[in-house]
Amino acid sequence: MLCDNCGNNEAEVHLTQIVDNEMTTVHLCPACAADKGLDAGASKNPPLSDFLAQMGKGPTAEEGTFAAGPCNYCHTTVDDFRRTGRLGCPHCYSIYETQLRAILRRIHGSTQHLGKVYVPPASDAADRAQRLTVLRRKLQRAVEAEDFERAAEIRDQIRELEAAIDV
Amino acid sequence: MNPLDLKTMPDFGLSWLDASGPHSDIVLSTRVRIARNLQGYPFSVRAKPADRAAILATVREVLERNARLEDAVLVEVDGLKPRRRQILLERHLVSRELVETDNDESSSAAALVSSMSEPMGLMINEEDHLRLQSLMSGFSPQDTWRIVDGLDEELGNELPYAFHHEFGHLTSCPTNCGTGLRASVLIHLPGLVLTKEINKVLEGIRQVGLTFRGLYGEGSEVIGNLFQVSNQTTLGKSEEDLIDHLHKIVGQVVEYERQARSVLLRDAPNVIEDKVWRAYGLLRYARSLAFDEMMNLLSGVRLGLSLKLLQGPSVYVLNRIMIFAQHAHLEEASEGSLSPGELDIQRANYVRTALGTVKPPSAESSD
Repeated sequence: MLCDNCGNNEAEVHLTQIVDNEMTTVHLCPACAADKGLDAGASKNPPLSDFLAQMGKGPTAEEGTFAAGPCNYCHTTVDDFRRTGRLGCPHCYSIYETQLRAILRRIHGSTQHLGKVYVPPASDAADRAQRLTVLRRKLQRAVEAEDFERAAEIRDQIRELEAAIDV
Repeated sequence: MNPLDLKTMPDFGLSWLDASGPHSDIVLSTRVRIARNLQGYPFSVRAKPADRAAILATVREVLERNARLEDAVLVEVDGLKPRRRQILLERHLVSRELVETDNDESSSAAALVSSMSEPMGLMINEEDHLRLQSLMSGFSPQDTWRIVDGLDEELGNELPYAFHHEFGHLTSCPTNCGTGLRASVLIHLPGLVLTKEINKVLEGIRQVGLTFRGLYGEGSEVIGNLFQVSNQTTLGKSEEDLIDHLHKIVGQVVEYERQARSVLLRDAPNVIEDKVWRAYGLLRYARSLAFDEMMNLLSGVRLGLSLKLLQGPSVYVLNRIMIFAQHAHLEEASEGSLSPGELDIQRANYVRTALGTVKPPSAESSD
């Protein structure tokens, strides 16, 4: 989308205004937005695309050393990621881990998942041991949350798994 | 799982229109979706048609065994004509990306699954392999989340999700990773717009980590005073925290909107009443209506109902109009494509009929 003011540059600032009860949205390029004194918010928090554009242009203290890529599984290159903002496969998260950590911190303010712990469907005894660890953590959380119904369910799952390992 | 014929199921995916949920005079709907990807396959953007077909088959097999989805239907996007795809988009059941793609490969084996008895379903081979979602009437973030969470627990027991010990659920776009959760409410804020408080409120929303969009999601304009408010981040907080935060903040916005409405009624009752009745009059008698104009008029009538300045039509009727007077829905009803002029005429016809089937709002309004 081009800037509503100059019509030359790509609009990056989108301002919603209400005049006489009518809501309008003005799309401006950074230069015109700055002329109108609107660049403060934009420069404080640059869009993801700007940040991605900086990827691969030499390491910074925050981003660390730049990984070579491309992903050895799906062949996504840094250039692909920069262009589309999308990763190609779960392995990309390992290949570009250092860069992603910086990006995730910028987007979410954190890199650490604090949501539900996913337990993959068990396939063998080794998996079961790992699953037990996770289930015990879940049990702990359920007890802390005083969700005793859920805790009882998890306890049964743990007993089932323990029995399977003993065999 | 049965295939769906949209023709025989005119209200597919629209149970939320009944306005039965909490605060449904202000909050139209609550949506929660979570993004999941299967281990061992590239994300959708890189997936080959064979990968996509395998993903659909794997997921379908698991869904067939799921008791909660016993009565679900499955719509394969491949076989749908563009207008039918557009209808699903107008019902907010699929993404714009899925509908507007002109690259057959990137939409192949895409499917939509929807339970017929519960407000619950999923998209397969979308931007992510799976998007589990629930859409409910009114303001119900917790209930909507519980439905999605329950389905996720069951599917996660059988499907190997791509999960990272630090980054959580891995998604094609890093803006979704972690919980993969996006909760949003569609909220009607004419009071805050008319009292010119809206910018302050929207700025406040942004400062506390929420974001707002127009009716059709990312990049869409705000029309008819309808805002979609949702969480901005998906990583670094638990699902419950994200849901509770949205609940708390949007709850405040609902309260501000109610206050703004009472200020309007106190300070400018005649202006508001005139606005509401003019909106009703235009909708009831106009012979040509552009979509944006109709949405603004519906906003006036919706406000009038909430303030009890009008006794009817019901919020349900207004919600229905909002969906069925859209482009593809009107073309589907007329069984052919419509020029922009014809479209506006058909829209006005539809609105007149919809409003004409209900009793006049009060005695003094008899035609």
